[in-house]
Amino acid sequence: MKELVEILAKALVDRPDEVYVNQVEGEQSIILELKVNPDDMGKVIGKQGRIAKAIRTLVKAAAAKEGKRVVVEIIQ
Amino acid sequence: MKSIRKKGKTVEQAVELALKELGVSREEVDVEVLDAGSKGIFSILAKDAMVMVTVKQDNADFVFRFLSQIINAMKVNVSIDVKEEGNHIFVNLQGPNVGLLIGRRGETLDALQYLTGLALNKRTDEYIRVIIDGAGYRVRRKNTLIRLAEKLAKQAKKTGKKITLEPMPPYERKIIHTALQNDPAVKTYSEGLEPYRRIVIEAKQ
Repeated sequence: MKELVEILAKALVDRPDEVYVNQVEGEQSIILELKVNPDDMGKVIGKQGRIAKAIRTLVKAAAAKEGKRVVVEIIQ
Repeated sequence: MKSIRKKGKTVEQAVELALKELGVSREEVDVEVLDAGSKGIFSILAKDAMVMVTVKQDNADFVFRFLSQIINAMKVNVSIDVKEEGNHIFVNLQGPNVGLLIGRRGETLDALQYLTGLALNKRTDEYIRVIIDGAGYRVRRKNTLIRLAEKLAKQAKKTGKKITLEPMPPYERKIIHTALQNDPAVKTYSEGLEPYRRIVIEAKQ
């Protein structure tokens, strides 16, 4: 799951070497904290959050298979 | 084709810098050495190296590799078929788990298509449209929408009432507009804002 977010984010940003994903595991849910260079924030969020929404849709699809709830958070 | 010129102390360093700026790996580029540079006798006489680094235009290959990575990370078992025609890239996904990549009303497929398009176009100068289908879903959906449009047009004509459809993405609305544009008895238009924009079918007076 973490790998998926990394692959997607790295393909979208200008500074792929500054993409970090931290996985925080809870009992029923997993939180994936995505951090990118401040200049790349728009590249992972998009107009009206369209890119962030697409990333979440894919993560949700992958998570459904494993029966876990996964939350993707983009942090500053 | 995207290419940049870069200076560095050595050819290798200049290439390194260019790759970082382009965000690609060494295998994805062609390198032309414009100036090999020299170390000089003392550093005063040193001359920087200059290279021109060009991203190889293999869009189909990029899309294939990008999707393979994603599909691996999602642990789904599907095959990827990529075709390039002009500035369009058509992808068909096939396999036992393909439903997972399609999602409800093609929502996952749309997300995959959108992100693949963004990732690809970041590396190209001209715009390349990526269309991803899963087990013929888009074709089936198109036929469903055309049947729906015809059914609702009939209803609109009979009742004389406006019929508002559920929200749909732009290309799905286009299918409906197109399906009814030659019907002289009804008109269609869209109202609302994306992503909740919806079609209205109305009988003409």
